[in-house]
Amino acid sequence: MPAETIPYGRSTQKKPAVKEVHVIWITAGLSCDGDSVSVTAAMQPSIEDVVLGAIPGLPKVHLHNPVLAYEVGDDFMKYWYQAARGHLDPFVLVVEGSIPNEKIKREGYWAALGTDPDTGQPITTCEWIDRLAPKAWGVVAAGTCAAYGGIHAMAGNPTGCMGLADYLGWDWKSKAGLPIVNVPGCPVQPDNFTETLLYLLYQAAGLAPLIPLDDRLRPKWLFGATVHHGCDRAGYYEEGVFTHEYGKPECLVKVGCWGPVVDCNVTKRGWMAGIGGCPNVGGICIGCTMPGFPDKFMPFMDEPPGSRFSTTAIQSYGPAIRALRSITHNTTNNEPKWRKPGSKLLTGYHQPAVH
Amino acid sequence: MSTLTHAPEEVKEKQRHLVEMNWDPITRIVGSLGIFTKIDFENRQVAECHSTSSIFRGYSIFMKGKDPRDAHFITSRICGICGDNHATCATYAQNMAFGVRPPELGEWIVNLGEAAEYMFDHNIFQDNLVGVDFCEQMVKETNPGVFSKAEKTSAPHSNEHGYRTIADIMRSLNPFTGEFYREALQMSRMTREMFCLMEGRHVHPSTLYPGGVGTVPTVQLFTDYVTRLMKYVEFMKKVVPLHDDLFDFFYTALPGYEKVGQRRVQLGCWGSFNDPDACDYTYKRMSDWGRKMFVTPGVVVDGELVTTDLVKINLGIRILLGSSYYKDWENGETFVKTDPLGNPVDQRHPWNQTTTPKPQHRDFSDKYTWVMSPRWYNERTGEHLALDTGGGPIARLWTTALAGLVDIGYIKATGQSVKIYLPKTVSKPEVEFEWKIPRWSNAIERDRARTYFQAYAAACALHFAEKALHEVHAGRTKTWNDFKVPREAISCGFHEAVRGVLSHHVVIRDGKIANYHPYPPTPWNASPRDSYGTLGPYEDAVQNTPIFEENGPENFKGIDIMRAVRSFDPCLPCGVHMYLGGGKVLETRHSPMFGIQAKS
Repeated sequence: MPAETIPYGRSTQKKPAVKEVHVIWITAGLSCDGDSVSVTAAMQPSIEDVVLGAIPGLPKVHLHNPVLAYEVGDDFMKYWYQAARGHLDPFVLVVEGSIPNEKIKREGYWAALGTDPDTGQPITTCEWIDRLAPKAWGVVAAGTCAAYGGIHAMAGNPTGCMGLADYLGWDWKSKAGLPIVNVPGCPVQPDNFTETLLYLLYQAAGLAPLIPLDDRLRPKWLFGATVHHGCDRAGYYEEGVFTHEYGKPECLVKVGCWGPVVDCNVTKRGWMAGIGGCPNVGGICIGCTMPGFPDKFMPFMDEPPGSRFSTTAIQSYGPAIRALRSITHNTTNNEPKWRKPGSKLLTGYHQPAVH
Repeated sequence: MSTLTHAPEEVKEKQRHLVEMNWDPITRIVGSLGIFTKIDFENRQVAECHSTSSIFRGYSIFMKGKDPRDAHFITSRICGICGDNHATCATYAQNMAFGVRPPELGEWIVNLGEAAEYMFDHNIFQDNLVGVDFCEQMVKETNPGVFSKAEKTSAPHSNEHGYRTIADIMRSLNPFTGEFYREALQMSRMTREMFCLMEGRHVHPSTLYPGGVGTVPTVQLFTDYVTRLMKYVEFMKKVVPLHDDLFDFFYTALPGYEKVGQRRVQLGCWGSFNDPDACDYTYKRMSDWGRKMFVTPGVVVDGELVTTDLVKINLGIRILLGSSYYKDWENGETFVKTDPLGNPVDQRHPWNQTTTPKPQHRDFSDKYTWVMSPRWYNERTGEHLALDTGGGPIARLWTTALAGLVDIGYIKATGQSVKIYLPKTVSKPEVEFEWKIPRWSNAIERDRARTYFQAYAAACALHFAEKALHEVHAGRTKTWNDFKVPREAISCGFHEAVRGVLSHHVVIRDGKIANYHPYPPTPWNASPRDSYGTLGPYEDAVQNTPIFEENGPENFKGIDIMRAVRSFDPCLPCGVHMYLGGGKVLETRHSPMFGIQAKS
């Protein structure tokens, strides 16, 4: 393009440090594919925003996810083999689903993806992680299963499954020096995932520093507050008003909500476009983002044992606060006394004297 | 267990060159599925097909001993696209076990949530996953001749959907870049917002409970839902004629295309959308309230409606081990000898199943999948039928049409068809669509029914929203009723997951789960050869499917096979990879005796 036709403002646009990034997405952990499906609901950013380059500064993104892929079978798997050989560089490895323990049985497989051309047998998911993780620029666990084991890792399970960090090691680092990035949630909140991916792409492009993570490897800005901190029913808790049945607008702690001790932003962010969520819309928080999920929260519909003391305490002074507020509330619910018809102006207005 | 349900087919002895073609994983579905075929390129036919699932998680095992109230939270996690169908079905079973009937409004809210799920899920699957098999890029790569024809073919309903030619429709379906692809993806988000209004979050809901829902029923809740619903209604007035044009074109462009994915009509539907006026969740009255559902339960065999009775449906379910990696439970514990009506319950019924995994090498002549073989025992004929769901909609519409029971104005089942009424919207006048019973149970008709069922779900939602708002206006805002968990109980829940039949069977002892077996649609559809040698539906539908693809073995995409498999809306959390051993001739042999791998 001749110099004079280049828009003046283009100088604001930075070239990414890498031109292209591949995203290799394994859904073949012990999963339900719910995290992939959830991500198709994301709008901030949407998956097409990321793939079609609708966000400034991003490298070109090639997404290889089995739920959305155009290719099938070997055409699809060729990216896996290329990545394992180090021919796709850089790539982000996304893992969805808990990692089974394939060592506790004599033969066969719990989870697999693709067929080994030499043996005709399925290639286990663990084998793929072993091949791909060392070559990846970064590794992301999508959803609670991949992060910490989740529902399939509950007591009494036959597969001995676990989270990715349990499998690779909690202090594991990628070849680029990144720890595992956990985005828990069952399923993952749509925008939480795409926003984390966006952050990592910015980082790969040289536009953002190392992603800030807490000691459970979660992005700090997403998981730094509890469900209760963001809950629009927390005001009821403060006044000691608890519902004992479902379908009512008051605080749900007495019917099984764990919000005060669960790290999650769903009450702030909603589920999609600010709509839905958990306790804010009448669903008890069952702790689905937490490393202790699900066992430490079951049975889900009982009051959390630890909340008994705190709710008893609140019920002693909460009603007093409510009573005091109701006095002021009553005042604020009445209009000032000068707003009425009649021949006199009662607002206190005085016409200035004219000289 | 060596009885054959069919006499061995006489197969003419003939030399065939079979090429092994495998797709592992099959993408653009939910879950892990592999399809392994042998293809006869000379005769352009699939000669043999095996379907395999590569994931085992063990829900029935780790649910033992848990609190029965937790069942819907746990089982939702079985499926990542229709988890809410599981949660809903689990609450149906809990309601029966706990003897609780939710308030009317609670039931309408569940129905509105589930209707939104159908609207969302069929939409994203049809237009973002299946649609890609019909997009410009795919058709050009597999049947360039068909694409040239599409360029010259005017779309009969272009006035309704805005696309001039069939090729324009195909272009709009290209992944990510296609206009309609992106519109559908966006629409799938709006319908999920509708879902979240009613059930809290997607895909694993937060507001469902035994006894009702936790959703707070404000006027705003229904305003927010209905305004979105009407946008979807407008969208459907475009989508139904668009798909009719596209699918009709394939019949004319490729004569004989009705054979793709075709199998004998053996359809099952377990019914959807309970009517709170009728449904009291008792097993004893289940036959009656089942027939009041807004999608009628039933079994259709060879075009005939065999039953609409949920009790009969329940008692006919048999789980055969088939070719799966599990130990048999024939001599295991019998949890339920008779149902609450005194009918005997078979040892192979889900109430009596004991799941014991036995991981092993995959061997296509023996055990090759983690999926068992659910079958339905037809007491009239003694057959163990490998019912399919056709991905859900075709079975739902077929049973509902034949039963002729549903009549809510918006929907009218006529005995041969289903009429779907959509009122006036922003830019389109009122429309009445009519789904007529098709001549075949094949890939194209499964796909077509999906689109019509999207309209069906929207029309039902209009009815449910009116009913719900009526409750709110009358001041009846309770959405949940309390209950006690009994020490001992047996119960079942029947529902339609998006892609077809769904049942949950539970046995409670000492107030804990003693046995729990969910049966979603995909085990029915993706099941392997069973103990009688009967093929599973995918296998059956793919086997003997003719090949219309213009490519030879070197760059074969298997598009006709993909269309056949995807028409069932596979959801294993499973996939099919295409794997062609460089086009090598794998074996030359006498024709195999299809489907007669009976084992003693």
